[in-house]
Amino acid sequence: MKYLSKKLLDLIPTLLGISLISFFLIRLIPGDPVLNLIGERGADPVRYLEMKKSLGLDLPIIEQFWIYLKNILRGDLGTSVISNNSVWSEFAERFPATVELGMISLFFSILIGIPLGIFAAIKRNSFFDYFLMSSSLIGYSMPIFWWGLILILFFSVKLGLTPVSGRIDFIYDIPTFTGFYLIDTLRPEVITAEGFAPFISALRHLILPSIALGTIPLAVIARMTRSSMLEVLGEDYMRTAKAKGMSKKRIIFIHALRNALVPIITTIALLFGSIITGAILTETIFSWPGIGKWIVASITARDYPVIQGGVLIISFIIVMTNILVDIIYYFLNPKMRN
Amino acid sequence: MKKLILVAMLSTLLSTAAHAKNFVYCSEGSPSSFNPQLVTDGTSVTASSSNVYNRLVEFEPGSTKIVPGLASSWEISKDKKVYTFNLRPNVAFHTTKYFTPSRNFNAEDVVFSIERQRSKTHPFHNVSGGKYEYFDGMEMGSLITDIKVLDPMKVQITLAQPDATFLANMAMSFMSILSKEYGDKLPTNKKTDMDNFPIGTGPYAFISYQKDSNIRYEEHKKFWGKKGNVDKLIFAITPDANVRTQKLKAGECQFATDPAPADVADMKKNPKLKVMEDAGLNIGFLAMNVTKKPFDNLLVRQAISHALDKKTYIAAIYMNNATAAKNLIPPTIWSYNNSVVDYDYNINKAKELLKKAGFPNGFETDMWTLPVARPYNPNGKKMGELMQADLAKIGIKVKLISFDWPTYLEKSKAGEHSLIQFGWNGDNGDPDNFFGVLLGCASVKSGSNYPRWCDQKFDKLISDAKLTTDVKARTKFYMQAQVIAHDQAPVVNIAHSKTFKAMAKNINGYKLDPLGQDYLADIVVE
Amino acid sequence: MKIFIKELFFELKKNKGSMIGIVIIIISCLVAILAPIIAPHDPTNVYTEYLRLPPSFVTGGNPQFFFGTDDLGRDLLSRLIYGSQVSLSVGFAVVLISLVIGTFLGVIAGYFGGFIDKTIMRITDLIMSLPSILFAIVIVAIMGPGITNAIVAVSIVAVPNFVRIIRAQVMAEKNRQYVHAARLFGAGHFRIMFIEILPNCMAPLIVQATLGFSDGILNCAALGFLGLGAQAPMSEWGTMLSDARSYIESSPWMVTLPGVCILVIVLSFNLLGDGLRDALDPRLKKQN
Repeated sequence: MKYLSKKLLDLIPTLLGISLISFFLIRLIPGDPVLNLIGERGADPVRYLEMKKSLGLDLPIIEQFWIYLKNILRGDLGTSVISNNSVWSEFAERFPATVELGMISLFFSILIGIPLGIFAAIKRNSFFDYFLMSSSLIGYSMPIFWWGLILILFFSVKLGLTPVSGRIDFIYDIPTFTGFYLIDTLRPEVITAEGFAPFISALRHLILPSIALGTIPLAVIARMTRSSMLEVLGEDYMRTAKAKGMSKKRIIFIHALRNALVPIITTIALLFGSIITGAILTETIFSWPGIGKWIVASITARDYPVIQGGVLIISFIIVMTNILVDIIYYFLNPKMRN
Repeated sequence: MKKLILVAMLSTLLSTAAHAKNFVYCSEGSPSSFNPQLVTDGTSVTASSSNVYNRLVEFEPGSTKIVPGLASSWEISKDKKVYTFNLRPNVAFHTTKYFTPSRNFNAEDVVFSIERQRSKTHPFHNVSGGKYEYFDGMEMGSLITDIKVLDPMKVQITLAQPDATFLANMAMSFMSILSKEYGDKLPTNKKTDMDNFPIGTGPYAFISYQKDSNIRYEEHKKFWGKKGNVDKLIFAITPDANVRTQKLKAGECQFATDPAPADVADMKKNPKLKVMEDAGLNIGFLAMNVTKKPFDNLLVRQAISHALDKKTYIAAIYMNNATAAKNLIPPTIWSYNNSVVDYDYNINKAKELLKKAGFPNGFETDMWTLPVARPYNPNGKKMGELMQADLAKIGIKVKLISFDWPTYLEKSKAGEHSLIQFGWNGDNGDPDNFFGVLLGCASVKSGSNYPRWCDQKFDKLISDAKLTTDVKARTKFYMQAQVIAHDQAPVVNIAHSKTFKAMAKNINGYKLDPLGQDYLADIVVE
Repeated sequence: MKIFIKELFFELKKNKGSMIGIVIIIISCLVAILAPIIAPHDPTNVYTEYLRLPPSFVTGGNPQFFFGTDDLGRDLLSRLIYGSQVSLSVGFAVVLISLVIGTFLGVIAGYFGGFIDKTIMRITDLIMSLPSILFAIVIVAIMGPGITNAIVAVSIVAVPNFVRIIRAQVMAEKNRQYVHAARLFGAGHFRIMFIEILPNCMAPLIVQATLGFSDGILNCAALGFLGLGAQAPMSEWGTMLSDARSYIESSPWMVTLPGVCILVIVLSFNLLGDGLRDALDPRLKKQN
């Protein structure tokens, strides 16, 4: 428990640092956010100043930061200059989309990656092993912004099998309940009104983006599973188990897998960060209305509060998952506890 | 039993008949507001003014002709300074989840809508930033001296001086009529709802908006005008032009606005689609800052005019979907001077002129390339690369520079550029909307005169043309002005691009608007 | 040192993957260096009569342009060849910058420990808690788009990896006998850190540097794709890809080819890095 409380205490300076970085880096971006709001036909100086004042951009920068910090602590991340919505509500509106995409990608990466890795470890140095390891290295090296385009080109444009972009067909107006379309489309009132068509539409829209986003995690998981299985299989107690005459299946699935699982789970947890990175590019390509696309769009639009808030929340999530990994690791690994 | 089956059958039949006709429109961006008074960009105008609101007078769909809107008729006094509008009776505002009107449209709404922009003491003047770019840009504030309610169905507007462009301005998006009753009902802390949850008299009523994703509308059942058969109108916000095309092909939307020129040829061949095209009301040009050396030298400007190969740009950048421009206004606008002879593409002549100007070996300069895609210039960066190659041939070494859009605007309005790509989309079809805004002396100060060229003779001609309403007299002034603009060459006119709209075969009733808005009232889905 | 390299190469030769990687890297380097000689056209020359020509082996192609032309009528093969110059130098620059800064900070942190270590590690943790691409995008947005700024941004993002690896290694080494011996002979901190300890941290550094190449190339291409990297008329693969996006349907080869180039070069560095790791990691070596 001491370990955990120390970890949590460490969090404070980290978060302070993140808010400092997010605040000051973004202030340095060239281009005037007020002028951007005013548009291409110009403005008179009086209105310009009024607008600057109403956005709080006329105060000294230190004071702006102080106000920013106080607001964060009150849970107020500011208001988008472009849409006038609160940053928090904009984030909350988009976050489920990213989580849904990320979870589906990760789920399938695990579902496919772990068995492949185990199989490759068992059939070590076989053709299958080589084939799998080379394809996973290709997957790992994949520029996903290109991979996404190729998937669209082939499956959507050439074959017409999958939708081009977006989250669901626009004709369906799904009331937001959880924000996850795969769940919201299965609510009774949606099914009575539209049947299963919205669910199928949501599912179809998920296919390509989750392949694109899941490619790298899949490769990483398969490789990690293989190498940690190999390591475990080589340990002394495995030999003992074999000598004791345990069946091969039992050895692999009961003993080896359980011990190999620790590093695998750690790897998976660490993949959350790379999924968010991947989401920035994947969402841009597939017009997926999640936080990645949101951040990129606000950078082009110089929407300071949104960039600040977005960077802050995303880093917060990553920091928290890292701590979660530590905790999981702590409980899974008995050595750590002593 | 038979009866029961019959009833059941009938009800199924009826329910299919009543099944909503959806129309999904692939739009190019998120609107900045749903109040047409606050916006100038085509995206926001189409999402608000064109389909949710009406104006006293309107442009006839598909033309720039002015026809009755919420005013069924109007009278103009002899001195051309007093306009009396007779309002259309029995026009209903939208009934939505957030507002139920208790009365029909009347003169109060007209006064409310104009005064919000004109009077600083109006309760809504400062709401949503209170910036009325068009109203101020068109100098409507100083032009209109008085608005009077003569009776609930009659409004009188008095002008400071006669103005030939007044009626055309009245038909523009920013003169849309808002509901006073709605405004009165909004509590003080919810005033911005007026601009985010619109109530108008137009063919479609607003339902919901999800930024960067979609906008939903439904049919306005009590709409006063003619309407097609669309029950639910959905804007699918799709900023990528080629993605709009792909979605249209996949049947995810029935209409794609401004598809990429590169895809047009292919779409025309597709039997499931139809493509409509129109000579757009626009101009793309390269402006030369005459207040900077060496562009103060007429010979240099003429040399550059001879050195740029417009044909190449039209092939590579516009995919041949544009016509080369020799005047600032497109040929579809009246007073176009067709007798002007354009500078031909001639390297030797250009070199000679440059030599005469004292630059036998050329010089080095910067060119700012347009950072956003516009119909008048679909790819500024690529066009810059081509211009760079062309100017290199006469010894002018060009460095390409670009900024993000707001910085680009900021710096160019301050006149920091030498060579700069720009363009213009017409707002109301009047020649003054081009000449005055882009080359008038007053615009040097306001910044939209990008060559910063102020020619007294030219400026007198276009000012005189504004004071009379006689089209013949005005035409004469503008014809002369075009000759001066050509001879002095402050800008190289590049192209008037065509605009494209692509839609599914079963969509009828769409009319292309030369001003670039999409009016969807008459759409019939078959 | 010589023996170390010899041994390393001997181990590497056993690994087919890394040999393939090395061969591809050598070929790419040759292509990049010889670009002016082997490129059939000037990559910036515009052939206005040949816009968006398909590759020569496809119907409608022209033998003059092997891989076809782009939207301005520039030879695609020549642009890809010159693109290798950009990508390889970008990768090299990123590795160099992040390696130098990262090693310096890592050695100091690991050697001195205490407050210095805490501060450095706190900053690296901060940078690592931001997704790399997001952080790079923000940096480029501040400094303005362009290849130099993209390199700087990607290098900053890559620094923490080096710091962490070196720090851990230095911490393990600093209590060894030879360090104590050097201290007894009166060696200064600087000498101990960079002359005595650092050479013993080479193995993980080499692996990380190789992998840093592929990360650097990939991240710079991603920035180019988002329009924040190399600017016209420079031919950079990521930028070419984003320019070609609008022609994905009408001219798919413009999208396909630059991506294949990025993939191949990134893959070859990863192959090499993998091989190096296997060769240098004594624990894995035992198993083989």
